[in-house]
Formats: sequence, structure tokens, C-alpha cells
Amino acid sequence: MGYSIVGESVKRVDAVAKVTGKAKYTGDFLERDMLVGKILRSPHAHAMVKNIDVSKAKALPGVEAVLTYRDVPANKFATAGHPYALDPAHRDKEDRTILTNKARFVGDAVAAVVATDELVAQEALKLIEVEYEVLEPLLTPEAAMREGAPLIHEDCPRNIVSSAGYEIGNIEEAFKESDYIFEEEFETSIVQHCQLENHISIAYVDSDGRIVIITSTQIPHIVRRIVGQALGIPWGRVRVIKPAVGGGFGSKQDVCLEPLAAAMTLAVGGRPVKLELSREECMIDTRTRHAIKYKIKTGVAKDGKLVGMHITAISNTGAYASHGHSILMAGGSKFRILYPMKALKYDAYTVYTNLPVAGAMRGYGSPQITYAVECHLENIARKLNMDPIELRRKNLVQVGYVDPLNGNVVRSCGIRECIDKGKELIKWDEKKARYQNQTGTKRRGVGMACFSYASGTYPAGQEIAGARIVLNQDGSVQLQLGATEIGQGSDTVFAQMTAEILGIPVDMVHVISTQDTDVSPFDTGAYASRQTYITGMAVKKAALEVKEKILDFVFKMTGIPAQALDIKDCNIVYKHSGEAVMPLAEVALRTYYDLCSAHPITSDTSNNARVNAFTFGVTFAEVEVDVCTGKIEVVEIYNVHDSGKIINPQLAEGQVHGGVSMGIGYALMEQMLFDEKTGKPLNNNLLDYKLPTIMDIPEIGVAFVETFEPTGPFGNKSLGEPPVIPVAPAIRNAVLDATGVAFNRIPMNPQRVFEKFKEAGLI
Amino acid sequence: MYNIQGYFEAETVKEAVDLLAANPNLVVIAGGTDVLIKMHHGQIEKAELLSIRKIKSLEGIEKLEDGTVTIGPLTTFTQVANSPVIKENIPVLAEAALSMGGPQIRNVATIGGNICNGATSADSASTLFALDARLKLQSPQGERVVPIQDFYLGPGKVDLKPAELLTGILISPENYQGYAGHYIKFSMRKAMDIATLGVAVLCKLKEGRLFEDVRIGLGVAAPTPIRCPEAEAFARGKDVSRETIAEIGKLAVKATRARTSWRASKEYREHLVEELTQRALKAAVLKAGGGEVA
Repeated sequence: MGYSIVGESVKRVDAVAKVTGKAKYTGDFLERDMLVGKILRSPHAHAMVKNIDVSKAKALPGVEAVLTYRDVPANKFATAGHPYALDPAHRDKEDRTILTNKARFVGDAVAAVVATDELVAQEALKLIEVEYEVLEPLLTPEAAMREGAPLIHEDCPRNIVSSAGYEIGNIEEAFKESDYIFEEEFETSIVQHCQLENHISIAYVDSDGRIVIITSTQIPHIVRRIVGQALGIPWGRVRVIKPAVGGGFGSKQDVCLEPLAAAMTLAVGGRPVKLELSREECMIDTRTRHAIKYKIKTGVAKDGKLVGMHITAISNTGAYASHGHSILMAGGSKFRILYPMKALKYDAYTVYTNLPVAGAMRGYGSPQITYAVECHLENIARKLNMDPIELRRKNLVQVGYVDPLNGNVVRSCGIRECIDKGKELIKWDEKKARYQNQTGTKRRGVGMACFSYASGTYPAGQEIAGARIVLNQDGSVQLQLGATEIGQGSDTVFAQMTAEILGIPVDMVHVISTQDTDVSPFDTGAYASRQTYITGMAVKKAALEVKEKILDFVFKMTGIPAQALDIKDCNIVYKHSGEAVMPLAEVALRTYYDLCSAHPITSDTSNNARVNAFTFGVTFAEVEVDVCTGKIEVVEIYNVHDSGKIINPQLAEGQVHGGVSMGIGYALMEQMLFDEKTGKPLNNNLLDYKLPTIMDIPEIGVAFVETFEPTGPFGNKSLGEPPVIPVAPAIRNAVLDATGVAFNRIPMNPQRVFEKFKEAGLI
Repeated sequence: MYNIQGYFEAETVKEAVDLLAANPNLVVIAGGTDVLIKMHHGQIEKAELLSIRKIKSLEGIEKLEDGTVTIGPLTTFTQVANSPVIKENIPVLAEAALSMGGPQIRNVATIGGNICNGATSADSASTLFALDARLKLQSPQGERVVPIQDFYLGPGKVDLKPAELLTGILISPENYQGYAGHYIKFSMRKAMDIATLGVAVLCKLKEGRLFEDVRIGLGVAAPTPIRCPEAEAFARGKDVSRETIAEIGKLAVKATRARTSWRASKEYREHLVEELTQRALKAAVLKAGGGEVA
């Protein structure tokens, strides 16, 4: 495809604003007379609020309001950032209220204070007297599911949110046909997004009596709807503004603060209230990544062909469902395309526990299941004495494959080329040979893992996106979107797409980066790696419409048929020769001021995409293991992705860098820890929670295999989440290669590695 | 937002100790990298702070005529790490200083604060223990000098009497001249982290093949930083060999009082003491001009 701007590493449209500090984040909005909100959190993991006395807090000078569950609407609502489902059966679990009289995890919000400043609010929290009836904390899915365990939510027997799964083919028959059967268990840990900007919302009531919420979110239009539901008011009475956002990784694909912020402003006569979480609060009372336990039984033929797989997944969703079972179902559907087999049975249980709420996080269930399956395949290859890459190759999907359950089609697939490229980059064969039979303290090994993922949520979810383009008098345009820039670079790639089609440079596309639900087109937001693919379709459609209108206008001016014309470098040109007809700016000016035919050109487009595209890739990693201390160091790592056409290579590489370092943390360091008896968080701060620093991350090698995805607006597919997905299993497989020790649980932190090495006799 | 109830600044030591004597509630603040975190976490509430940042006499590093190296408590970790005096005479202390926090923290955090905070994990402490550093303390009643080992009383607890201020860290020539040292900070991250174990080893060799003296300072191996007397006594006069070093590693564990916490198990900590003491000693031997011990 002969693109000139798409495919180029153009500078981020927000680069200067961000590096000079001019970009405005929620915390930069200093509303007049702004008050501060603070939350009183339960010290118990599971407890009934018997009594709350707020009189002393209310009496403290500077306190404007004290709220408990009695003072806020009791509407139950769901917080997950999904499109609204008209069919009640497909809605997320509505299990939350703005404040609760039953604490379900340490940190659950039982009361709130609005005061003149943070210190007064803090002081007031201490004056609220709460009497709790402490219940048994259920801290593991096993404890929560046992017969007779207390119910965390009354309507969920055995605390199971859902146990919906699926079966493709007949698993028992597949096992009978298999030459070998392998059974293993794997386990992942609870981790947290740790995005740079903590959760923050500012709410006030405007002069028309509507609630305005400025908030750090990935999903402004969804926030509007959920605040409406939580407060029980018409959705149009809520206006949500999303300014610059300092990262989300899924924790802001959820409605964490906004309903309470709205309730707070209503409690103080509409005065602005800022509700901002500290890092410590953010780590326990926003969202986490689900810890999932897998039991996998796999039938394999002699030649290495996978015949059938039975996966049982138990997911710990914490105190409220949030995205809940969607995580297990998404993970369970996106991985299966990679290695089609005769039969696949997926038993999935999402279970409530008295721990912080798990929700969406980069990869949405795929890092977990990919870890389990890619480790499992590695182990199988070893037992069969087969090259692990060969085993995978024998089972890889082909173009044309149709998912038997959701009908999605593989229309582009570069996984084989990704593997070839990765092998070459890391010098696989050479190192495999070199690292055999090591005995020293420091041992090296190489490992790899593959993944498949989707581009958006269709058909599980609706995929609607909007774009609005206005042609200015000088030939430049405004581009308005409902899709959100949260640091990933979406505004820039949308500007590139618009510029490409309209034949203008990127700096003539003025992207309105702020979403305002009163004026921005409807789009559900940044999640599921959907925007470049899904919103890209809407942007392309809008830009083509504007182009068509411009060329029609030229036809009216000149009589040259529109189909003979094109726009190149800000000029209207003949398509066949490139000869200039007139400057675009002249046409644009006439669309405003021509006495007869003036008709300013705009497009306001929505696109309901009923399609999906599979994306693929690999991680190849080399590790050095210090056998005597249990420390693992990643010395080389390469991610190779088939994300279709790459719109902006530099931004794409940035996405991969971020994802890989997140994956390294997931493999080796990160986990949220809780007291085993009480459920109190032990490390909800960035000193004790071991998020890797830049010093802990090696140079990250990135390569792309650019297939052309026919359904993508520019041949492109998803890239936002995928880089994190195959990292942990690749590192784990490299550790296995180095030491012969198979870790079926992450993180592989030194303490755990020490224990395992002792067990294996290495220490 | 911090709940700071009062803020005083002293420009001389005398002014500072007089203020402390007049108001026992004052919390001394220098770089603030510990005090402000404690306030953030509610461990210090409604603080009245006494800033000593303007006391020029508490800054800087000097080598006195008798060879004693003095470090002012207000010296930042960056200054310690970059100091020509330290790099030339006691490079192991520069290594330890460089392992602390990240560049921004090292630019403000002071070595005196690191000691007075009383943490067993203090990155400077295990090395200062191995160096037999002495601390100069000033109160309105006068001055006293105490060995650093006597100064640490328990977790977060140091022997600072009412109205007393740390005014100098002294390292005598007999404690560093002729010694080579090595510091290993074992932590989960390479920066911005607290040590799981800190091991500072100094050694002095005779003819490149005998241990004349070995000193081992450990952080996070007990409620306070410690030395390993049994291992050190064993080492004296022994030949530099793999076996000697292995035994020293084993004996070092005897001095420890490690415990199991969610951060690490006792067993693992003890294993690390044995392993890393050997590694640090081997590295120190190399620097002291001994051969490589495999």
C-alpha cells in the first residue's frame, strides 16, 4: 500500500505539551472554592457495619459533609467499563453501592468526608466511630467456595460469580484418541497496574444543575452512564470530561471514584470536590489483575499434534465482580485460536473473596492463560523429547481458520515469521547448544512463548466508534474523537490516518484530545487494544467523507469530475498526472464564504464494527540464573509482533517496551501480598511492591512482521496490550532451560526460587 | 499535604541543641527522605520540625592530619559517593552510598539521617560498622563520642539523648589504612529499594596470602546492623583459601538473628549471609591484592 504518512514515525501530537508540563491533567484543574474528599476504609476484610457515629467528625471545623451508606443512593450498579447491554442477561454483575454497610475487603469504603482541605478531611476520618461485626475473611477461592462458607454477596451461592465455560468437540473422545496425556497445574499472582497517575476525579454541579465530573479515565462515555445508574438520575444530567491521562492499563477502564465524587458534590450544594487517591489507596481500592489457578489436561499424538485440552480455571475476583467472569471468558477465547485442536473444554469459575477487586488489566486474562498454556507446552515438548518450537509449529493456526464458537476468522497471520525472526535475533540454535550441561553458579538459558490476541471485543461486546472532522478555512481540520488518549499515542495515529486520507501534513490535523461527553462523538474508549483498529475505521470513514465533499465542491467550482481528482500535499490534483488544480486552502475558504455555494464541510461519523482481527507474536528471552542466591536476570529479550500494518513504528516500539517491562515484573518480581489470616495488605506501596525500575530491565529488542489485515482500516491490528502477554512464560521457559527446574507459579522471585532450588537439590 | 505544626531553622549546632532542649517534641529534619515518609504514613503526627540544613559546620568530608576521616552528618549520599577523600581512602563506603535509593534521593538524603533513623537496612550502616566508625554527639551539656555499634539500640532506636545532635562521623586511620573492602546490597531491585541483606566486608592481607584482619558488617541480619565476631576471630591469621572463606561464611551466620517475615524467610536470609559474605570477601581479597579465590 502506498501510504506516505501512515507507517511513518511522526512525532507525537502531544509531545511538546507533555514534556513542557503544559498538558493539563485532572489534578491541574483548580476549581474555585474546591473542597477535598476522603474515604474512610474498613480495617476488616469482612465485616458488617453495626453502627456509625459521625457526629464528632461533622462537628470538626472545616468539615462540610460526612457521608455513610445512609446518605447516598442505595442503587446497585456494575463498574466494569463495558458497553451497556440492552439484554439484562448480558450485563455486568450489579453488586456495588456508592458506600457500603458491609465491608468486603480491607479498604472497602464505608464512609466519606468532604472538608476544606486534606488535613481536616484526614482528621475527620479519625473521628468517625464505626462498630463492626467481624465476619470470617475468605481469602482464597478454595475457602470461599467451600460448603457453608459465609456469603460475600447474598445472591451468589458458594461465592461463585459465574461458572460459564465451553466445550468444543468432545474432550473425552479426544483423550481416547491421544497417545499421551499430560496433566499439570499453574498459578499466577495478584499484581497491580501502577500507572503513573493515581486515580483522581473532580466533581461539581454547573449552573444548569447538571453534574460535571473531570476525571482520569479511559472510558468517559461509560462513566457518564454508570454515574447516572449509581445515582439513579437520567444519564444526560451527567457530563464527563476527560483531560490528559497519565496511564491506566485497564485500572481506569472501570468506574472507581466518579459515583462517590458525584455524591460528594451533591452533599455540599454542588461545590467542587476533589477526590484523589494516594498510591497506597490506589493499590488496594482501584483494581488488580486476577490471580488464576489452572489445571490443564492435554492429549497429544505421537507426532506432537495436540488432540484435546481440558482447562479448569479458577479466578480470584476479589470483593466485587467488576469485570469478573469476562476476564476468564476473554482469556479463554483469545488464546484458543493459536493452536486449533479437535477438542477443547474450558471450565471457568470466577470466585468472590475478601481481597481487593480484580478487574481489567493489560491483556485481560490472556497473560494468565498464555502463561499456563505456554509453560505446559514447554513441559510437554521436554517430556516428548521434542524441540519446543517444533511442537508449536506443528499446531499453529492457518489463515482461513474460523473460530468454531464466535465465528471470528483468521484473515492474516504472521506467527511463523515472528518465530523465525525471534530465533534469529536471539541466536537460538547457537545458544541452545552452548548452554547445555552447565554446572556453575551462574547459568544461562533461552526460552520462548507465543500468543494470540484479538483486536477489540466483537462479538462478545459491541464495537462502536465515532469521529468528527471539521474542515477549517485554511485547509486544516479539527479531529474530534470519543476514543481516549491515555499515553499510548492514539491521538497521533488518528491524526496520521486523517492526514493520509486528506493529503495534508499531520500538523494540519488538530486533534481535540479532551473528551467531553457533551460534545465528543460516542465511543466506548481505550480498552481491548481496540482503538487503532476500531476507532481507526471511524476516522477513515469520516476522513473519506470529508475528502469526498471537498472533491465534490471542486467539481462544482471547476466542472472536473470528482473521481478524476485527488488531494496531495495540500493541493487538489489530477489523479492520473498529479498536476495541481488549485490549493486545498482556496477550496476550504470558498466552502465558508462563497456567496452562492458556501457550505462548510464536516463529517460526523459513527461506525459499528462487526468484525475482529487476530493478532500474534512471540517473546524470546535469555536469562542468567544465580543458582546460589535465586536471582534471575533477563539478559536479552525480543518481542516480535504481527500487528498487521504498523501505523507509527516509534510509538509501536514504545508500546512493546512498556509491555515487555510489565511482563518482566510479572515474571520475576511483582505480587500483592496480604496477611494470610486477616487479609490486610502488606505491600501496597511502591517500596514494598517490587515494580521493576529501568535498571532492572535490559535493552528490549522489538521487531514487527507486517502482515496486511484486510478488515483493518489501514491493514492494521491490535498492539496495545499484546506485548505483555508472552513475556512471563518465555522467561520461565528460559529458566527451565538454564536450570532444569520448572516453575509453575509466578513470580519467580528470589525467595521462591531459593525454595525450589533447594527442593531440586541445586542448593 | 503534611501536617506540620511548627518549623524551626537552626544555623549553628548550639542554636539547634538549645532549641531541642527547649522543645523536646522537635523532630530533626535534614534531607527529609525518612521524616516526610513517616509523616505520610502517619508514624509521625502533627510534627514540629527543626531543620538543620543551614548548619554549614555539619557538611563535608575531611581527612585530618592524623589520618582520621570525618564526615559531616549533613553530607548527602551523592557527596559521599563522589568525595575524592572517600574514593581514595575508603572506596567501599562510596560503593555503599551509591547503592542507596536513586539519584534524586541520594541528592538530598544525608548520611547522618541514615544513621539516626536507626534502621538495620541503612545502606551506610553495615560499612560504618565494619569501619568501627565513631559518632560525635553534641548536647547543651557537652560532647561525647560513641562507637557506632553502641549507638544502635534496636529497630528504629538509637542512643540519642534528649537535645542531642549527631555532629560528626569519625573513621580512624587504623580502621581503613591497609584494608580493602567490598559491599553487596542484596535487594529485589537494582535501584529504589531497601536491602534484603547488606554485607560489608573489609580485609587486610599479609603477604597476599594470609588474612591479617577481616571485618564483616551485616545489615538486615538482625534488628540492628551487626558485626560477626566469631567469623572475624576465626579468620585472623588463616590462609586465604576457598575453605577458609567457606568457614567464615558459615560462622558469619552465627552472629545473625534473622527472622521470617513476608519479605524473606529466616532460612533464606541465613543462606544469603553465608553465600554473600563469601562473595564479598572474595571480592575484597582481590582488591587487597590477593589472588582470585574460585
